Amino acid sequence: MPPTDARMQTTVGTDQDFVADLVNRAVRAGATDAEAIYAEGDEFETEVRLGQVETLKESGSRAVGLRVLIGQRSASTSSSDLSPDGIERLISGAISLARVTSEDPYAGLAEPTEFGSVPGDLQLFHEDVYSLPAAERIEYARRAEAAAMAADARITNSKGGSFEAATGRKIFANSRGFVGEYRTSYCSIAAQPIAQGSHGVMQRDYWFSHARSLAALDSPESVGREAARRALRRLDARKVKTQRVPVVFAPEIAPAILREVLHAVNGDAIYRNASFLCDKLGERIAGENITIVDDSTLPGRFGTRPFDGEGLPARRTLVLERGTLHNYLLNTYTARKLQLHSTGNASRGLAGAPGIGAGNFWLEPGTQSPAEILAGISNGLYVTELLGHGGNTVTGDYSSGASGLWIENGALAYPVEEITIAGNMQTMLLNVVAIGNDLIFYGSAACPTLCIEGMTIAGE
Amino acid sequence: MPASHDSANEPHGNTAAHATRQFFYERFGLSDRLLERCLAEALGAGGEYADLYFEFVTASSLGLDESLVKSASQGISAGCGVRVVAGERTGYAYTDDLSAERLLRAARTAACIASGPAQQPVVGFREQQAPALYPVAGASADADVTAKLDLLLRADRAALGYDERVVQVRASYADELRRILVVGSDGSFAADTQPMARCNVFVIAKEGTNTTRGSSGGGGRVSMDFFLTEKTPEHFATEAARQAVLQLGAVAAPAGEMEVVLGPGGPGILLHEAVGHGLEADFNRKKTSAFAGLVGQLVASPKVTVVDNGVLPNRRGSLHVDDEGSPTQETVLIEKGVLKGYLSDKLSARLMGIADTGNGRRESYQHIPMPRMTNTYMLSGEDAPEDILRSVKRGLYAVNFGGGQVDITNGKFVFAASEAYLIEDGKITAPVKNATLIGNGPEALKYVSMVGNDLALDEGVGTCGKAGQSVPVGVGMPTIKLDKMTVGGTGN
Repeated sequence: MPPTDARMQTTVGTDQDFVADLVNRAVRAGATDAEAIYAEGDEFETEVRLGQVETLKESGSRAVGLRVLIGQRSASTSSSDLSPDGIERLISGAISLARVTSEDPYAGLAEPTEFGSVPGDLQLFHEDVYSLPAAERIEYARRAEAAAMAADARITNSKGGSFEAATGRKIFANSRGFVGEYRTSYCSIAAQPIAQGSHGVMQRDYWFSHARSLAALDSPESVGREAARRALRRLDARKVKTQRVPVVFAPEIAPAILREVLHAVNGDAIYRNASFLCDKLGERIAGENITIVDDSTLPGRFGTRPFDGEGLPARRTLVLERGTLHNYLLNTYTARKLQLHSTGNASRGLAGAPGIGAGNFWLEPGTQSPAEILAGISNGLYVTELLGHGGNTVTGDYSSGASGLWIENGALAYPVEEITIAGNMQTMLLNVVAIGNDLIFYGSAACPTLCIEGMTIAGE
Repeated sequence: MPASHDSANEPHGNTAAHATRQFFYERFGLSDRLLERCLAEALGAGGEYADLYFEFVTASSLGLDESLVKSASQGISAGCGVRVVAGERTGYAYTDDLSAERLLRAARTAACIASGPAQQPVVGFREQQAPALYPVAGASADADVTAKLDLLLRADRAALGYDERVVQVRASYADELRRILVVGSDGSFAADTQPMARCNVFVIAKEGTNTTRGSSGGGGRVSMDFFLTEKTPEHFATEAARQAVLQLGAVAAPAGEMEVVLGPGGPGILLHEAVGHGLEADFNRKKTSAFAGLVGQLVASPKVTVVDNGVLPNRRGSLHVDDEGSPTQETVLIEKGVLKGYLSDKLSARLMGIADTGNGRRESYQHIPMPRMTNTYMLSGEDAPEDILRSVKRGLYAVNFGGGQVDITNGKFVFAASEAYLIEDGKITAPVKNATLIGNGPEALKYVSMVGNDLALDEGVGTCGKAGQSVPVGVGMPTIKLDKMTVGGTGN
């Protein structure tokens, strides 16, 4: 396999001046305010299946987005065509489109006094993600899969092992004087083995390690072995009777429950009457044991950034403290609508108005070990995987497919599948009876082992 | 040696396809000669097959919220993906710069997958002929923006006017025009211009402290006239408002196994999740699907026939050619309960020795194609829908669904009912809250005991995700009865 280290050079000639100039040209063309984002990225991905390279992908791309305001009307355009003609069309398109939209009294950029950026190195970019020659990257993927395949004779097939690396760069500028940029890097190893049970029934599972630096990745072998352990423990799963028992969420799946809260504190959902947490600021909405934090300043994490999608500095926001709702997550627009202050949670794609995105979003750990939590349960469900999309943010109703292990007499007894779990988030948040001490960031959201009482399990 | 376009086809060729080819050639300075050079470069280290996928997409969207048109956006995206296939291996590289230099560089990067003597692409292209399933002239993307805005304002008025309990309305209109050019080292050559348009309405209803939501939407590969004559903004708005208001009176959904009747149209998502994904050829070639090795066997009730059909006019999942340039078709997946075959792309067809069903699709030029569904539906049976409902003593009648998901390997799938009712003694009674239904793909359709005579296709809202790639799809179904399925509510 010849090396494919020569990466696309997409950064040539594009810098903060280019983006700031785009903003200035939009203003000269008739915009009262404008903001622009430039994004570029490189990606490398390889998948190995049954020891053989299956795919090898390597490329880069870049694009630019512009949003203009004419008074209180706004519109946006985006393009991968950065030629002078392309930029001209980007500007004229945005200006003419803005003229047809409605005047929105709450539309507008943030105030200059609010702009800022977290100083110092947030550890978001590490050169080392691309430091390996191609042959070694493939070897990472191969080793992860091989470790899974070698773990047990019942691992009979595989959906493959993979290695990915990516880097990105974002530049943001607006007509009120903010210009900023940052780079990010990413790499991951994953394995997806398939185990075969006594009746020929197959179960797959998955494990991974990902980080902003190659040096922070787990070894391919440990990823492969964990993936195999997870697939094997699903073999000969049963369906259980419909019943109401305590449900324990493993820490790798518990963030899915936390995300239901995240959707419900999103300022867009709040001003639209579309959240079960509307009009609940200052109220007790969860047990005293629940504290939830959003913090986009933690070095090296996936939810970290120096500034948000409107140029406001990253910060820490206490969302729930000991059961009481303290803050919604807001951008400038939703803050104005709700007569509150932005929490620096503006997110932004290339096109469209700013949305809302969490930084690192987590539920504070408790004191019990996961084993101690299980030990207190005579009959219950330990959820390791959810199937489907779960919750209704408006009503709080929650219903999802699930699989996992049945808890009997304080210990994991046998695998279960083809069941659902259901409840309502408003009562689920009051019925969290145990929180583990195992807070682990698998992504930008993290939640320790969680035990919730009163949910309905539907099965046979 | 200069490449030659197969001129025999040109005078009779599909004019839309021809215009699309000319668009790429003129705008980006492409030529048969350059395409052949790129293909030769891609096969420079060996490999059996290479292709180039050019894409040029213009997209626009408008959003209304609180009776104001708050957002409007337009985007342009262009690029080319180069693929090299060597045995079971695929090398892929893409570029958003369509200069000859960058195209050749991408071809060299993709070529790294192979390690052998250079291969030569076939000289001369054979242009794929295609039927006309969707409009190109008069596509929604070219329509006047104020006409589109009017659709949103009409939706807003209709939803707010439906019921005083409707407190919030959001509506959006989005369209795109996607031009593709796919050129293979086997001489295959296809160009297509693919329109898409969609209107969506979201409604919040409130009564006392009770707040609910409803949503509706639809569209397809249609011109904007579709929303003036066939499915009006009022249609989607009243449907969304009706669902939100209905939910104000919803009771807890039942929990456990019971008889389930699925209404016609959108509930066809059952087929997409329960059998469709499991029958994509890549999973079966690798034997990672619960359906692997089951061709010729009974996987459903004899009343069940399921097809995937990419050649229905104007449907969201329809395509003249797939993203490998192969013609799409109607493929029978299950006939009278017996599994007939898989959905394939070029790679799986070659490796499995089966026909290419024209299901090789990709999200964009940045993605490797793989077998995907187009429009997947069950054919009508003999039963009258009212007889089906009358036959149920106690069960669930589900008529609208949100998303679904499947674990291909163990076959377990879910789909989430957004509008459903209890059936008691053969009659539809109380509406129930949202609930997830769960089943096992290779078993679920064996419990189909009645199939209605009322096949309908969905409104045109489906987007299917697989391996990180989203593509538009359609589903459809007549009313059917499943003797048992697990319903994931909280009630009794």
